[in-house]
Order: sequence, then C-alpha cells, then structure tokens
Amino acid sequence: MTRQRLHRLLQAGLALGAFALCFGVISGARAQTELLNVSYDPTRELYREINAAFIADWNAKNAKKISTIRQSHGGSGAQARTVIDGLNADVLTLALAGDIDAVAERSKKLPLDWQKRLPQNSSPYTSTIVFLVRKGNPKAIKDWGDLVKPGVQIITPNPKTSGGARWNYLAAWAYAEKAFNKDEAKVRDYIGKLLANVPVLDTGARGATTTFTQRGIGDVFLSWENEAFLALKEFGEDKFDIIVPSLSILAEPPVAAVDGNVDAKGTRAEAQAYLEFLYTPKGQAIIAKNYYRPRNPEAADPKDIARFPKVELVTIDESFGGWAKAQPTHFGDGGTFDQLYKPAR
Amino acid sequence: MSDASLPYQIEDLAPARAARRIKGESRIVQFALVGVSLAFLCLFLFLPLISVFVEAGARGWQAYREAILEPDALAAIRLTLLVAAIAVPFNVIVGLAAAWAIAKFEFRGKSLLISFIDLPFSVSPVISGLVFVLLFGAQGYFGPWLAANDIKIIFAVPGILLATIFVTFPFVARELIPHMQSLGSADEETALTLGASPWRTFFTVTLPNVKWSLFYGVLLCNARAMGEFGAVAVVSGKIRGLTNTMPLHVEILYNEYMGAAAFAVASLLAGLALVTLVLKTVLEWRFADAIAASRRH
Repeated sequence: MTRQRLHRLLQAGLALGAFALCFGVISGARAQTELLNVSYDPTRELYREINAAFIADWNAKNAKKISTIRQSHGGSGAQARTVIDGLNADVLTLALAGDIDAVAERSKKLPLDWQKRLPQNSSPYTSTIVFLVRKGNPKAIKDWGDLVKPGVQIITPNPKTSGGARWNYLAAWAYAEKAFNKDEAKVRDYIGKLLANVPVLDTGARGATTTFTQRGIGDVFLSWENEAFLALKEFGEDKFDIIVPSLSILAEPPVAAVDGNVDAKGTRAEAQAYLEFLYTPKGQAIIAKNYYRPRNPEAADPKDIARFPKVELVTIDESFGGWAKAQPTHFGDGGTFDQLYKPAR
Repeated sequence: MSDASLPYQIEDLAPARAARRIKGESRIVQFALVGVSLAFLCLFLFLPLISVFVEAGARGWQAYREAILEPDALAAIRLTLLVAAIAVPFNVIVGLAAAWAIAKFEFRGKSLLISFIDLPFSVSPVISGLVFVLLFGAQGYFGPWLAANDIKIIFAVPGILLATIFVTFPFVARELIPHMQSLGSADEETALTLGASPWRTFFTVTLPNVKWSLFYGVLLCNARAMGEFGAVAVVSGKIRGLTNTMPLHVEILYNEYMGAAAFAVASLLAGLALVTLVLKTVLEWRFADAIAASRRH
C-alpha cells in the first residue's frame, strides 16, 4: 500500500468517526416528547399495548404530541437500582412498592408518600402467585406443602433482584404461617427446605420463565399469574398446567411518576396522564386482556375475567406489616432469606 | 535495539522443525489429534453457528426481514454501528501511540504499562461496566456535577461508548506491540538520518511495516466492539430503540418469546464474525509471506 492510500484510508476513518459523532449528537438533541417507562420483567407485552392505546388517546386530545414511549425491562429490584444510579425514568411501573420506596429514599426524586398519590395504593392492577407445572403434573404438586417434598425442583427468581420472587417468598411464608399456626421455627424450617429445592435463581421473572419453559429445568415454577398464562399462550396449553394453591398473596405492582425527572424534562402532565390512563375503562380492559387482574372488572371483557381463578389471598399490609417492614425483615442484608438460603455446594 | 533480526529467524525455523517431528509420530496419534480437534470444533463452533442460522430462517424470509427492519432492531443496529465507528478509530489511534511508545522507546515502568494494556482482558466485563456507573452514575463521584450540568453519560450513548472502548482497548495495541518490537527501530533510524520528518517517517516507514498487524487488530477490535454484551448491559439501561445494542436486543427478543426474531438479529452478528474470519483467512493466504515475516500468532 502506498503512502497516499494509507493517508486516504486514515482520513476516511477519521471522517467516518466525526460523522458518526455528529450523527449521535444530532439524534440525541432532536426535541420530541418521549416518555421512558422503567418497568419490571413480565410487563413487556402489557405495556406495548397500553403505550399504543395511550399515545393514540393523548395525541387525539392534546396539541403537544407524544412521539414514543420508551420501555426498559428487567428484574424489579435491578431496575430500581438503575433509576437510583441515574436512568432518566419518567414513570416507574415496578413489581412492588418496596422498590419504588428504595428509589424515593435514595434518589430523593419522588416523595416518600408517593403511594398515596393514585387510587388503590397506586396499583392499577393486581396479580398473584400460582404454580406452573409440566403437563399432567407428573410430580403431583397441588399446594405449597408439596414443594418441599424431596426431589421436587422449584424454579423461582432471586428475591434480591426480582419483585416476583419476593411475592413468591412471602406467599410461601404466609402459607407456612397458616399451616404451622405461626410456629416460627417450623415456618423457617419449611422455607429453608423450599429454598433447598431451588436449583438456580435467575435475576428476573422472565429469565426464570425461560429457564423453566425453554431450557426445561425444574418441576414447578413459582410464577406471576400473568406470566404463567402468557407461557401457556406462547408454548401451547399442551405443555404446561397452571396449579392454583390453597392460599396465595395479593400482589400489587405499583406505578409512580418520578417527580425529579419529569420536572427536569417537562413531561409531568404526560406522565400523570399516562398513569391515570391505566385506571380508565380502556386501560383496565387491556390489563385484563394481558392476564393482569384489573381493579375494575366491569370494564374488561367478561371472558378475560373468567380466566382468573378464585383463590384466598393474603395482603402484604395485613400479614407482613407492609413493604417498609417486610423488605428489611426478609430481604435486607442478613434478613430471613439470607439466613435460610444455602446455595447447593 | 537492533538485535531485532534475531527473533524471526528462530521463528522461521521453528515450524519446519515442528512439522518434521509430527510427521515422525505414528499416524494413529496424528489421526487421533486431528479427530479430537475436529470433533471439538463441530460440537462447540459449527453446530451452534449453524443452529443460529437455522433458527433465524425457521419462520421464513419474510419474518426474517421483518425482524431486522423492525424499528427497535434498526435502532439497535444503528447504535451498534455508531459505537463501533467511534470506538474502533479511537482505539486504533491510542493503540498505535501505545505500541509505538512501548516498542520504540525505553522507559521506566514499561512492563507495567504493558500489563495495564492487558487489564481490560483480565477484568470481568461486568466490572468494566460497573466502574463507569460508580464514576458517572447519579450516586457516583461525578454524578451530581453531571446532573447539574445536564450531561448524560450512564444509560446513554456516551456510557456505552466508554464501556466499549474500555473493553476493546487492548486489541490493536496487543497486535502491534510484538510486531513493532520485533521490527526494532533500525528502519526509522535510517529514515530519520536521511532527513525525513518524524511524521513522514511514521507514514512511510512505520505504518506500512505494521499494516497487517494493524489490520488484524482492527478486525478483532471491531468484532468485539459490535459483540460486547456484559459491560454494555450494565451501562445501557436497556431502553428499547435508544440504548439497546444488537447483543442486548437479541437477549430482549429471546426473552419475549420471539425466538425467530432473536436469531435473525443474532445471525447478523454471527455473519459479522464470519466476515471477519473470511477476511482474516483471505489475508493470511494472500499475504502469507508478508505476514509470516512479522507475526507470531
């Protein structure tokens, strides 16, 4: 290669780099109203539909249009962590109040009483925890008690990073408290045995779902109800069965606008309207369609509502004194999970 | 300094002697060795690679096209190309400078510098990502200042760029250093004595001498820049259509039960790997002499 050609090559490289840089800066600076919804793992399909409906609704009524609603998904705890570290979320739609509490405490971008700002604990939908088993239920798993039988492999994500896993854990705890009449030693023994049957802890619910459904690991998957229904829909009803235990927990995944971010971006009105849209009949119908339990069942298609089995549900506030108490007791450093979980050696 | 002619004389002799020794072994050993390597390659390389393309085409050409032309996928491809287009030239320049300094000059702490250049290889990519969160995150050392000045690094393109540059930094420098060291400085000294300016020496003597190593370095650097997952995953924030690179997009699609689409995007990445491989092979074959004279691996 001659010197000139090398020169030219170098120049071309530099020009390309400079061009790319400009391109990046320009595309970053283009002003459009965008919202960023930082959510937990299983809501991908739900918010894809909600976003389309909300944008159509908002743009029909307002002069200031919304171009896109961006989504980010991951384990609820991990998502909270990235927002604390500076991810510029307009709204948080996480798996449990404790994770938004953590954002409020550590980033100070929203008030500590954020959960009072929207109806029903700021949770426009609820869900619960059910068991997903392989077709025909070969290990005969009917209830929580069957999970601690030897040889049963349980799939659940890591409660440290996943919201769903924390609901799983507390649902199991609530069952054990009832079954053993609040005998703490027996409850702990039960949970310890249950955790000993878990071969792998994924960081988020969706990762755990793929572990169970696609990688074929485990006999029973402790799952969000919506995630279990979705797995049936994606893989066919001939692959898995949903088992509803005798008792489960009322999971309230809350939503909140991040004041510090929406005020800096000037998107408060949009963010607020977005969250309120979830409570509208249209929003509630989409929620039910995506296997979440709507707060207002009348708004939804009765066929969607009929899919939800009746099950006795305990609440986090009554049984565990709310997330502010449950979080440090069970999932904080040195909490019951740390005490009882001993990874297989 | 000018003892550089020695190493590659040894190199030239070594393969011939080694080949003779292997031919001397019994044919069974030879077959066994070849068989084991082939089986290994099939199991761990070709089979997975083929399965990527098979899965990608499982739902037909139309689905493949749709998966790649979908806006979020296009955004991921654009971002990946953008990151590579900045990270690779940057690492070429810095890598050249570092290799030049190490190969042509004697200074204190030289071996330390070489070790530091290797650091990104020995550090887990998760750590490579987390250090930037620690530095530039909202709770990090520079976080409050960056926020006050409305500069976004983490969970935006600059953060992805930083992480990629960090992870791909050693490729160019590592290719160049042994080559430049083996060449010594005799050519440059001659050019300088004959009155060439330092820049001219660089462009007419040094650069042409190392062009093949440089090219290898660029190829490898580019492949990794486009393929990096771990470090980028930590600093990306995973905003679809904004801070998702191709590898992250593949994971997201897979997790959304869109296996065919995931593998369609993955096949692009695998295609890149194949192009790299082909380029490398063609070069090796075409310029075998030039390369053999200067390379060790």
